[in-house]
Amino acid sequence: MPDGGTGIGAAVKRVEDKRFLTGRGTYTDDINRPGQTYAYILRSPQAHAKIDRIDTSAAASAPGVLAVFTGADMQVGSLPCGWQVHSKDGSPMHEPPHPPLAQGKVRCVGDQVAVVIAETYAQAKDAAEKIVVDYTPLPAVVDMNKALAGGTLVHDEIGTNLCYDWEIGDEGQIDEAFAKAAHVTKIDIVNNRLIPNAMEPRAAVGEYDRATGEYTLYTTSQNPHVIRLLMGAFVLSIPEHKLRVVAPDVGGGFGSKIYHYAEEAIVTWASSRVGRPIKWTAERSESFMSDAHGRDHITHAQLAMDSEGKFLALKVETKANMGAYLSTFASCVPTYLYATLLAGVYTTPLIYCNVKAIFTNTVPVDAYRGAGRPEATYLIERLVDRAAREIGLSQVEIRRRNFIPADAFPYQTPVALQYDSGNYTATLDAALKAADADGFAARKAASEAKGKRRGLGFSTYLEACGIAPSAVVGSLGARAGLYESAEVRVHPTGSVTVFTGAHSHGQGHETTFAQLVSEKLGLPMDNIEISHGDTNKVQFGMGTYGSRSLAVGGEAIVKALDKIIAKAKKIAAHVMEASEADIEFKDGNFTVAGTDKSMAFGEVALTAYVPHNFPHQELEPGLDEKAFYDPLNFTFPGGCHIAEVEVDPDTGVVKVERMTAVDDVGRVINPMIVAGQIHGGLAQGIGQALLEGCVYNEDGQLVTGSYMDYTMPRADNLPSFSVGTESTLCAHNSLGVKGCGEVGAIGSPPAVINAVVDALWDLGVRDMPMPANPQTVWKTIQSARPAAAAE
Amino acid sequence: MYAFDYHKPSSVADAVSALKGADDGKFVAGGQTLIPTLKQRLAQPSDLIDLGGIAELNGIAVSGDTVTVGAMTRHAAVAGSADVAGAIPALAALAGGIGDPQVRNRGTIGGSIANNDPAADYPAACLGLGATIKTSAREVSADDFFTGLFETDLAEDEIIVSVSFPKAEKAAYVKFDNPASRYALVGVFVAKTAGGVRVAVTGAGQDGVFRVPEMEQALAANWSPDAVAGIAVDPGTLNSDIHASAEYRSHLITVMAKRAVAAAG
Ligand SMILES: Cc1cc2nc3c(=O)[nH]c(=O)nc-3n(C[C@H](O)[C@H](O)[C@H](O)COP(=O)(O)OP(=O)(O)OC[C@H]3O[C@@H](n4cnc5c(N)ncnc54)[C@H](O)[C@@H]3O)c2cc1C
Repeated sequence: MPDGGTGIGAAVKRVEDKRFLTGRGTYTDDINRPGQTYAYILRSPQAHAKIDRIDTSAAASAPGVLAVFTGADMQVGSLPCGWQVHSKDGSPMHEPPHPPLAQGKVRCVGDQVAVVIAETYAQAKDAAEKIVVDYTPLPAVVDMNKALAGGTLVHDEIGTNLCYDWEIGDEGQIDEAFAKAAHVTKIDIVNNRLIPNAMEPRAAVGEYDRATGEYTLYTTSQNPHVIRLLMGAFVLSIPEHKLRVVAPDVGGGFGSKIYHYAEEAIVTWASSRVGRPIKWTAERSESFMSDAHGRDHITHAQLAMDSEGKFLALKVETKANMGAYLSTFASCVPTYLYATLLAGVYTTPLIYCNVKAIFTNTVPVDAYRGAGRPEATYLIERLVDRAAREIGLSQVEIRRRNFIPADAFPYQTPVALQYDSGNYTATLDAALKAADADGFAARKAASEAKGKRRGLGFSTYLEACGIAPSAVVGSLGARAGLYESAEVRVHPTGSVTVFTGAHSHGQGHETTFAQLVSEKLGLPMDNIEISHGDTNKVQFGMGTYGSRSLAVGGEAIVKALDKIIAKAKKIAAHVMEASEADIEFKDGNFTVAGTDKSMAFGEVALTAYVPHNFPHQELEPGLDEKAFYDPLNFTFPGGCHIAEVEVDPDTGVVKVERMTAVDDVGRVINPMIVAGQIHGGLAQGIGQALLEGCVYNEDGQLVTGSYMDYTMPRADNLPSFSVGTESTLCAHNSLGVKGCGEVGAIGSPPAVINAVVDALWDLGVRDMPMPANPQTVWKTIQSARPAAAAE
Repeated sequence: MYAFDYHKPSSVADAVSALKGADDGKFVAGGQTLIPTLKQRLAQPSDLIDLGGIAELNGIAVSGDTVTVGAMTRHAAVAGSADVAGAIPALAALAGGIGDPQVRNRGTIGGSIANNDPAADYPAACLGLGATIKTSAREVSADDFFTGLFETDLAEDEIIVSVSFPKAEKAAYVKFDNPASRYALVGVFVAKTAGGVRVAVTGAGQDGVFRVPEMEQALAANWSPDAVAGIAVDPGTLNSDIHASAEYRSHLITVMAKRAVAAAG
């Protein structure tokens, strides 16, 4: 590590924060192109309706209007789904068309019906009011069980609302294990639907250059190259070399900005028709009804145990809401990112899971911070909690009895994954200490003296991230590889630009990645620039999601840095007239072993670009290297979250008094950034557990369409967190890193709900739905009281 | 937002005549309700008449047993006023619990009660203390002022000038926040005043803020939390939404009333 500490492990302040905190970031809506016009998207107020007629004539002649387009005008490809899942009978999932502008039918509130392009946004919006759409309303189907029963079809052409009926494991074998079990614990779980709510709403600017035939799309994306591929190849038929996608500063994504959205295609397509750049920026109400939602599972699960409380088998049946259309990665979330995680941190030998993915007249559902893994974790940890109570083991003991031991790695689970490293006892022990679990009884007594109830809840969880080996995901139906690329460009005076295919939208890559360079090349942070988000600058990239940026993107950078060092050594050897094998590189200096000859990194860089006497056959000028890195396995962060809550039984208010997270995230590059990521994740996890819940009414109207009704977590809903890391190293990447972006949101919801159940157990409460908001808690207590009296 | 003409008169009389002269004019005070409504295109006034330039609408005066708050006085000013805190601490505390700092620095008492949002806080203070509302045309008691959901006794071209609150021997307001909006899901204002005991409930009623005579009588006989513990408002008269059923609201009214009496001392 160079002086001042900017290498691996240093808590370097985030370099990007200066521009963010002083209001100087450049977000998509900050981009203004010469001659720019504005788009307003007319959306369906109906959850399900046939479009009989659209009359755009009055809108087209309204002041400032340049064009009005409907689905009849925009005949392009369907917004694609990037992952093909097969049903258990071998048939491929149903992939009904997802047109950017509705073709004769709308299938959810917010569906795009028409676009108005005008000189100003207000003119576009005024004109849109003049569009007459004749709808024949159809019954809407919102409830997954009703959708499965048939009747109303979201997509007539597929004849069912069942997208796929998938399974993993051997059901027959499982049933045998259940027959022999000493005890079976059953649970019904709803994983509540969430609306992502990134701080920056989605936006897109489309531009067409008549001179070159090139399109440019500026967009709020977590993966600009993926958007270029999906939109170019599948929707608009624009070849890559004529399409540039730029994702500048992005104000939060949480998954919702992975997907290719209709608006991106609309502004790009329309820009060549109108001949001018077009900007669209979502209003907050549009975000609620057009950003892909998250979670939304209904699950029944059973856990078979022997007389000692050892887990024998787990059987899970899940219904997963897809919404009205298949969003980009929707299909893999409740299958390969969910059911493969059902072993958790336990040695459960047999696991079976059936997943039915279902279309409904709601906004599409896709990955949201954690994606599948929070759903799996919530299920397992609620089930384990319940099992402990039923068989009379403590929450700690049941976990210890079933943990995969620290010496059992690599560990093959029955659901495809092979864990490379971990130490679940270590994270549990550290968390118990940090949470002062020993002092809980006294705190509980103090709460009870005030007429309150106090509970302690555990979650010992694991997740798979660093997504993912291309060969593995390819065999599971992914239509993409999930490697990452990097280019390290050393400039003549020795400063460095790194081009990465990962995309930062809050993660602090400009700091963490620069620390890798600082560590490897011995350079100060000021000499390093991290460039991302522009397909014309960055060679290629799969983007940022699934906590993959460091484990995959960072490894690609390291690989390119290693190539730089190898090349630089050649140059140094040549200049210092030594054998390459004798060159050592340390702290930014090349030395010749056993001599006092040395060259600074900057001198080598300059020589690379001023190669006056290079042996050109053996040594090329320049110092610029690329690498693609395809990971060997997923990484498996995990840990222990402990929530301590106080419940006011008179009102149902739950207060999180303490939240402790001890996570194994692998090697920590920047502890301050890791803590920040975990804080954010915990806020979202506690939000899911106690506050957030998307509600549609039976007619498919979005009831929680604004902050008046959708409860976002706020600072005063959260305690001061206790976070720490207790790491084992990833065994299959050079940095030993695992990932930290999602652990907070994955691990915490069951800890919080288990704590609420613990607090209210003596009142007869056996289960608690999410979000455990005051009304829900109060009602649950009311309905438990008679049951408690009867017991 | 649709286009409108903007006026900023400097007297109440000019404001009234500006409104009379407009096709479909609206007064704007702090804009915390009106501007979002305009942005969502839910209203299309021809003219906005800004009351922010009228000096006589602003300020707080305590004289004798009365606290008078000018209609344009911001929530933050009431919350931070030593005079209000000294005279009617429950009123200062109520203002300090409205919305967030941004809202409190813009929103006004006149705007709040003119709007009479069924979940707003000030209507509970007005009704709970038996305030008198002075308008450009007359004086009207709080009991007569609030007439229904988003409905008041105000005429289209009538401006609230000030609100006068009588000091109370004991008073407290306890609010149970809507978890999402943080308006009152239930708010209960209790006061023991020269004119008797008053209990006003906001956030819950199908017709907006209302009094609970049964609780008032019980408290008049015995000012203690126990006196109201057994009194429940009929859920049939209460709102129901995703955040609270009528039954839950009814339960919360009793709990908040108990807490308010306890807080009032
Ligand atoms: C995010 C947010 C949170 C909020 N939380 C709360 C809360 O917790 N509790 C709460 O009580 N309120 C809350 N409010 C409402 C806020 O406190 C204001 O009281 C309210 O918006 C109205 O006041 P205003 O001055 O902004 O009025 P405006 O929005 O300017 O006007 C509202 C209406 O009153 C009329 N009007 C205004 N002044 C007068 C007058 N002097 N005479 C006649 N008519 C008049 C206007 O014509 C308009 O119809 C919240 C608002 C926001 C935006």
